Amino acid sequence: MIVARRKPLSEIEAMLQDLSRVLIVGCGTCVAVCQAGGEKEVEILARQLRMRARLVGRQQRFDEITLPRQCDPEFLEPLTSLAGSYQGIVSLACGAGVQLLAEQFSAIPVFPGLDTLFLGVSESPGIWSQRCRACGQCILHLTGGICPKTRCAKGLLNGPCGGTHFGKCEVDRETPCAWTLIYERLTKLERMDLLERILPPDDWNVVSQPARHALPRQFEEKLARS
Amino acid sequence: MATSFRQVLQTKQFVVTAEIGPPKGTEIAKLQDNVSKLRSWVDAINVTDNQSAVMKLSSLAACRVVQEAGAEAILQVTCRDRNRLALQSDLLAAWVLGIRNVLCLTGDHVRIGDHPQAKPVFDLDSVQLLQVVGWLNQGRDCVGHPLEGATDFFPGAVVTPGAEPLAPQLLKFRKKIVAGAKFFQTQAIFDVDQLKRFLDAAQPDGIPILVGIVLLVSPRMGQFLNENIPGVYVPESLLDRLASTPKDKRVAEGIRIAGELIHALRDGHLCRGVHIMAIGREEKVPEILRAAE
Repeated sequence: MIVARRKPLSEIEAMLQDLSRVLIVGCGTCVAVCQAGGEKEVEILARQLRMRARLVGRQQRFDEITLPRQCDPEFLEPLTSLAGSYQGIVSLACGAGVQLLAEQFSAIPVFPGLDTLFLGVSESPGIWSQRCRACGQCILHLTGGICPKTRCAKGLLNGPCGGTHFGKCEVDRETPCAWTLIYERLTKLERMDLLERILPPDDWNVVSQPARHALPRQFEEKLARS
Repeated sequence: MATSFRQVLQTKQFVVTAEIGPPKGTEIAKLQDNVSKLRSWVDAINVTDNQSAVMKLSSLAACRVVQEAGAEAILQVTCRDRNRLALQSDLLAAWVLGIRNVLCLTGDHVRIGDHPQAKPVFDLDSVQLLQVVGWLNQGRDCVGHPLEGATDFFPGAVVTPGAEPLAPQLLKFRKKIVAGAKFFQTQAIFDVDQLKRFLDAAQPDGIPILVGIVLLVSPRMGQFLNENIPGVYVPESLLDRLASTPKDKRVAEGIRIAGELIHALRDGHLCRGVHIMAIGREEKVPEILRAAE
């Protein structure tokens, strides 16, 4: 899932200081799971902003709504009738959600309430870690299910650098060295042959920025018919 | 230059290289002075490439200065700061400017250097960079396009003999040989037994290994290396030896320690030579070598 964290209150407050009617829009998918932008977080942010407005004597109104998903126009429908009565919208979605909102409601300024961090997994309650760089050329079958592009600080494809130290990374001694993990996993799987293989550099053209993806036409037509 | 570093490695019994760091700025007088002090003592001089991810004068320009001052340079190239276009284009530039030896490294991460906000590049890794050097030598670039004029670099690589665990490091060591490394310079060694364990496991066969020698100047420096530099191990006995030496004599004692180590490596035929990293005290390299006699 996409992992994000709430921006500091002061930063959000500064974006909104000149607006009197603001709608805070949560997203019920990834960012709700990582406790950054779901219904509960929308409520918390709204209360914090109301409190700050009262403290500094600003006349501001903050309303709340949480959509199941902000990255799909279909799910933005409920906002169509609401949006016009606000001077600004704070989106507590990932950067993709914020942009779709801004695109769909282009007459109203949309503000990001989160900083989007990475594609990752839940490690343990309250801790998430990055697992995928969305490179478009998955090699996990060659590296024991551990992505060196993402989990090695340098994205090295052919073994550890000289900074590896007792299984930890030179950049952060708390972070495991991806290549030590890969080495251990492939040894356990008795796939030493994969360790000997020299992997070529990434093809950055596969997912070149800004990327776009379409299903094959036949498949799309089939979907349209069904 | 009478004999090239490539030839020296084939013919000379014990080869010596030393490392010089380019200045942070444009003042090259000290660099030139150090080269003039070292050139009759060493077979080649490595020039570091934004070492420790600290921004300095480029290795390429400093290599040219080294060669103009009468020594043969080994251009250190890291993958941290340049993508594959820039790396190849700088390698061609190096060849045109008369640089013949290239040491391919991954490079320290920007986060440990003086520009931690910079974008870390690592478009290639050190193994892939060695392959690229091989292709440039064959007259084509990394996508197969022909070059108008090829290079003929002598490519080398690095290895950390004291890496823990050692097995993944050995995996990379072997890949570097397959990718075209013709010589290795190692991370600092202070303990001959640690080197022997590496050599037993690595079986480097004919590939020349120049063992890294760092000039220790205080017990604090030794502790710092032990605590902060992965794969570097300064034995307690050396730390004690420096601690019991009066402060004003510690540099001299460090020179003796380095000299004894070089002597032991040469006498024991453990490696093809040494690579001296005197970190900021490059002018001491001749004294270290005299102490190794």
